[in-house]
Amino acid sequence: MNLFRFFSRAQSAPAARERLQVLLAHERAATGDIDLVNKLRDEILKAISKHMQVDDEKVTIKMERGPQVSTLAVDIEIPFDAGKKAA
Amino acid sequence: MGKVIVVTSGKGGVGKTTSSAALGAALAQGGEKVVVVDFDVGLRNLDLVMGAERRVVYDLVNVIQGEAKLTQALIRDKRVETLYLLPASQTRDKDNLTPEGVEKVIAALKNAFDWVICDSPAGIERGATLAMRHADVAIVVTNPEVSSVRDSDRIIGLLDSKTLKAENGERVEKHLLLTRYDALRAERGDMLKVDDVLEILSIPLLGIIPESMDVLRASNVGAPVTLADNRSAPAIAYFEATRRLKGENLPITIPGDKRGFFGKIFGRKAA
Repeated sequence: MNLFRFFSRAQSAPAARERLQVLLAHERAATGDIDLVNKLRDEILKAISKHMQVDDEKVTIKMERGPQVSTLAVDIEIPFDAGKKAA
Repeated sequence: MGKVIVVTSGKGGVGKTTSSAALGAALAQGGEKVVVVDFDVGLRNLDLVMGAERRVVYDLVNVIQGEAKLTQALIRDKRVETLYLLPASQTRDKDNLTPEGVEKVIAALKNAFDWVICDSPAGIERGATLAMRHADVAIVVTNPEVSSVRDSDRIIGLLDSKTLKAENGERVEKHLLLTRYDALRAERGDMLKVDDVLEILSIPLLGIIPESMDVLRASNVGAPVTLADNRSAPAIAYFEATRRLKGENLPITIPGDKRGFFGKIFGRKAA
């Protein structure tokens, strides 16, 4: 088992390199204030709050920054009478 | 009501973030509900060490400034479901950390978690003093090396004066976590021994983490040491430190690999 562990271990440095490349690409872009994912997140929330009272606790936001594509998931519970309240 | 722990050291690069992630993960692996909070505003790294850097939506400063709810800023670990991370802000200035804001966040976290682990920035400035402010327990991370021991002594002084407990006439429980320890070099007389450091700092020992390739390997892949390889020597040392943190009276073992090359290959159990 120990022998197996010793030889079967995959190299970890390539993972470090790839993670850093993705992270730094996003961070460098963000300093120019063009972090699109953050901007979209804020504007989506702003647009929604125009039409209904947004209960912060009912909003779940998930991001995953990838090398080629990032994903932004905004999950909002919209109560049945939300439109009426805001009007 | 959860317990608040600050992981601090004064000196940078001694293993605060590695230890925060490893202890937090170890507690969570035992079923406890844990949040690890990064106080290093402007130079966050806990997210990277825990492998959550691509999933940061909001951060501690957003919560303090009222731009996001605490629940929205917490990131749940993908491997251990009772482990959460509250990241620091990367772009904001650390002046955005206000004492009142930190107090509110810590109070809310204490209600929701069994353990709140505050990963302190290096130094003795605002970030470091705010990270230790609400601590019940302090873990002073120290390397067996002169400048680290000196800075730890300074931090111990701050823990006895600048924390809320100290101001109320109580004491913050302090523990020493000796990291990057190399038993062979200490044996040869080229590294401060455990007893040397203990004698100088005179606070109880929580554990000894050996100098090990496994620590770098874990950070490369973005996993706390105890998750990356739970049978590695540093992982075992962190698991033991965690048991002591929970109050168990476990004798301290000095992790050391005194065997030669073949011993290392054929019996990697040393810890």
